[in-house]
Amino acid sequence: MNRRNSIWSGLDWVTIFLFLALALFGWMNIYGAGYSFEQTSIFSFSNRAGKQFVWLMTALVLGFAILLIDEKTYDVLGYWLYGATILLLLITPVLAHDIKGSLSWITFGPISLQPAEFAKCFTAIAIAKYMGRYGYQVRSWRDLVVPCAMVLLPMFIIMVLQRETGSALVFLAFLLPLYRQGMTGKLMAAGVIAIVVGVVVLKVGLIPDSLLDKVLQPHQKTRIEVLLGMKEDPTGAGYNVNQSLIAIGSGGFFGKGYLKGTQTKLKFVPEQDTDFIFCTVGEEWGFFGSLVVLLLYLAFILRLIMIAERQRDVFSQVYAYSVASIFLVHLAINVGMVLGLLPVIGIPLPMFSYGGSSLWGFTLLLFILLRLDASRVNKLH
Amino acid sequence: MINDTYYRRRYVIAGIAIAIVAIYIIRLFALQIVDQSRRAKADNNALVRQPVYASRGLIYDRNDSLLVFNQPIYEVLIIIREMGTNFNVPAFCQALQIDTTYYNTRMAWIRDRNKNRGYSKYTHQLFMGQLKKEDVSLLEERLYQFPGVSIRKRTLRDYNYTAAAHILGSVGEVNQRDLDRDPYYQQGDYSGRDGIERQYEIDLRGVNGGEVLMRDNRGRIRGSYHNGELDRSAVAGKNLQLGIDIDIQELAEQLIGDNIGSAVAIEPATGEVLALVSMPGWDPRELVGKARSKNYNALLNDPRKPLLNRATQATYSPGSTFKTLQTLVCLDQDGIKPSTLYPCNGPESTPIKCTHHHGSPVDLGMALEQSCNPYYWCAFRDLLQRDGYGNQNNTFRHNYARWREGIMKFGLGSQFEDSDIPNQRSGSIPSVKFYDRCYGKTGWKAITIRSLSIGQGEVLVTPLQLANQAACLANDGYYITPHLLHNDSTYKTNSHRHETGIDTAYFHIVKDGMARVMTNGTGRWHNIAKWHICGKTGTVQNPHGKDHAIFIGFAPKENPKIAVAIAVENVGFGATWACPIAVKMIDMYLTKHYPELASEPIIDEQTK
Repeated sequence: MNRRNSIWSGLDWVTIFLFLALALFGWMNIYGAGYSFEQTSIFSFSNRAGKQFVWLMTALVLGFAILLIDEKTYDVLGYWLYGATILLLLITPVLAHDIKGSLSWITFGPISLQPAEFAKCFTAIAIAKYMGRYGYQVRSWRDLVVPCAMVLLPMFIIMVLQRETGSALVFLAFLLPLYRQGMTGKLMAAGVIAIVVGVVVLKVGLIPDSLLDKVLQPHQKTRIEVLLGMKEDPTGAGYNVNQSLIAIGSGGFFGKGYLKGTQTKLKFVPEQDTDFIFCTVGEEWGFFGSLVVLLLYLAFILRLIMIAERQRDVFSQVYAYSVASIFLVHLAINVGMVLGLLPVIGIPLPMFSYGGSSLWGFTLLLFILLRLDASRVNKLH
Repeated sequence: MINDTYYRRRYVIAGIAIAIVAIYIIRLFALQIVDQSRRAKADNNALVRQPVYASRGLIYDRNDSLLVFNQPIYEVLIIIREMGTNFNVPAFCQALQIDTTYYNTRMAWIRDRNKNRGYSKYTHQLFMGQLKKEDVSLLEERLYQFPGVSIRKRTLRDYNYTAAAHILGSVGEVNQRDLDRDPYYQQGDYSGRDGIERQYEIDLRGVNGGEVLMRDNRGRIRGSYHNGELDRSAVAGKNLQLGIDIDIQELAEQLIGDNIGSAVAIEPATGEVLALVSMPGWDPRELVGKARSKNYNALLNDPRKPLLNRATQATYSPGSTFKTLQTLVCLDQDGIKPSTLYPCNGPESTPIKCTHHHGSPVDLGMALEQSCNPYYWCAFRDLLQRDGYGNQNNTFRHNYARWREGIMKFGLGSQFEDSDIPNQRSGSIPSVKFYDRCYGKTGWKAITIRSLSIGQGEVLVTPLQLANQAACLANDGYYITPHLLHNDSTYKTNSHRHETGIDTAYFHIVKDGMARVMTNGTGRWHNIAKWHICGKTGTVQNPHGKDHAIFIGFAPKENPKIAVAIAVENVGFGATWACPIAVKMIDMYLTKHYPELASEPIIDEQTK
């Protein structure tokens, strides 16, 4: 009884508040992005906002359930969960339907799930368990071989077998917890460069016959240039970004007003309720609204770093840093893409983008951390 | 338990997060605050401005009969981007009953930015205009087959009467000159051509409105922007009421029939034109819609020149009708007195013979009644040469200039500049300079220009001027600028009232004479005595065939309601050809004003 109470009292309500604030504002903007002139209620299941509400409610149930699970479970089951995840990732391309060239979705009746969204969480637990074992210390690069392999394995499966570049790139996030635990700065920088170059090579390499042809064809060159943002191609691959910038730029300081954005309402911006959801914020809420959203994210991430720093054991700290970095990398890649600073890589904006898998994935990630954090006090005894 | 060798790295990690967010905020600031150009780009994407056409003003006659109204027509519009590459051109042409050559030339024109300045492949472009319901019904049925094609309803002119085409004018699509001249016009607008339609274009056209609509990424219209806050509704054109009485207009057109000629009627008290007829004319419905250009060219090439508005543009010698003015000017300028007598030797008279039979000497009243040429020659001669012959050439020329000035006070020799009647010609009352050029300063005297005394020779007037002259006689010495609009306050001001400055007593002499023309003189054959008509016939010799028949008149004598002038070309005597037309017009008009007199016998007891 006593212990159960201490979990609620030890819970970090600031984080929960920020999580809910972002999720609710995201939900409003999903309604805005899907809003058309035959308007339906924000709760109607015929639109995505209605469905997102269901995802949000179930996510809260999921979060509550996680808080009830003993925190030691993750340490105990860490490798098993990781192994199961790898298996699931391997099975996914076999079971998946091809959705826009991606083989990352498994369908159960009306619900589609993307296992890659959960892989981040279990990879984080596995690394945390490995680095948290007694006596582990990063003394040389050899100590990083196992954690790096743990990261690269799911990354490679997602990238090559599932053809999901974006989700794979998120695994960059694990460089930060490794760095915090003692990986050298040089090695981290080398890791970032290696992963980015690797992704570009693999992505381009996935275009058939290009590996055979040592010299790139002109259209492939264009793709790479557009991918790297070196070339503007408004009607082709760069169309999305161009329309995205028009949407955001036309918002001005205070925006066009909620539900009044023409770029998003009239479908000039593609993927506007998933990957390009930030456009709706920029267009309808303007600079002011975008600033508020970015600062909420920053507060959220800094709070997670603060939580990470107050952990008393390496397992929790590595896990907490993994969570903070995953949110940071999602934010950086998604908003960077929408703002035209990074190539178009389709990954969701946490809590904002429409989608059950990503919301559940982030909930899982966050609430395990909240549970670990809430019970840190017990570790003193 | 925790290895804190690297505790400072928390700041590096937090710093990375802060740096990323800071970079993005700067980027947002640049996109949303510094660079304002994207607002316009977003509007370009999403907003379509579509004109809402104002309905053109209606035109009524003085008795509220609707003359000109609007009928619906259809336009075929295309959005080139939506037509796509698989557009079925042959089927489209078939649905519109056009050939592919027409399609290709039309598309080339639409795409040519030099000709079609508003071109954009994203917006509606006019493919074909002015179509009737039956022309588009086939296309309308199959519209689903043709992406990017739509049909728009507009209005076109329609007419209740076949009469008055010259006055009304027509409406056509704006040309490059209109577009250059007036920024109001957009490609595809209509504007008035000729007549009232052009004269009162700005009143009639109203103000076109605009609708701001939203379209989605596939160009489909998704409703109005901001609930129509930016829409401007069209302001309908002003309705006009003309002074025309369509019944006498129609009557006069029928009476002139296949002859070439004109008839003008004016209400003397107001200067309002009651009828302005030029024959041959055309059915105004011919110049509407698709057939417009074909029919217009046919009219243009017709040797009888139907497009010429003879009532305002043809000039004739006034013939004997001019004697009314001669009487007044000679009296006013002391050439003769009311009691002056001149001898007449009938057909033997020199230098101008008399074509009528009456006694001698002749007094003024008899001269007017019987249209005695010798009397008017003598009066004209005595007016111009009253200072004697010989070296008084300068006083002669001075007297001629004064005479000319007196004649021109009746509105002859110049256009009615302050009138709304378009396409007037000024006619001619020759100036001193004109004769000086012809004969030299000393080379001409009264005898040289003797034809002028009886309204022949170099005097040229339009039927409109003749009718105005009749109105001026009816008014005892003034006229209001003849005009087309009914009850228009601008014509009630003094600036449109033109005085001749001649004693009204002299007008009574002329009126008595003109009344006697109708009872005892050349007009007696067709007179309707109960209307107390005053008239004067004219038969004008012309070198190209039979004489022109001319008539001027007004009625009733005591309180004139209508003044008329008729000119019919190459038919013979004014008394037989022009006079009956005028009398019938007067009869119809006065019957409306005095219905109680309508049943009275036509022939008065006194006339016998």
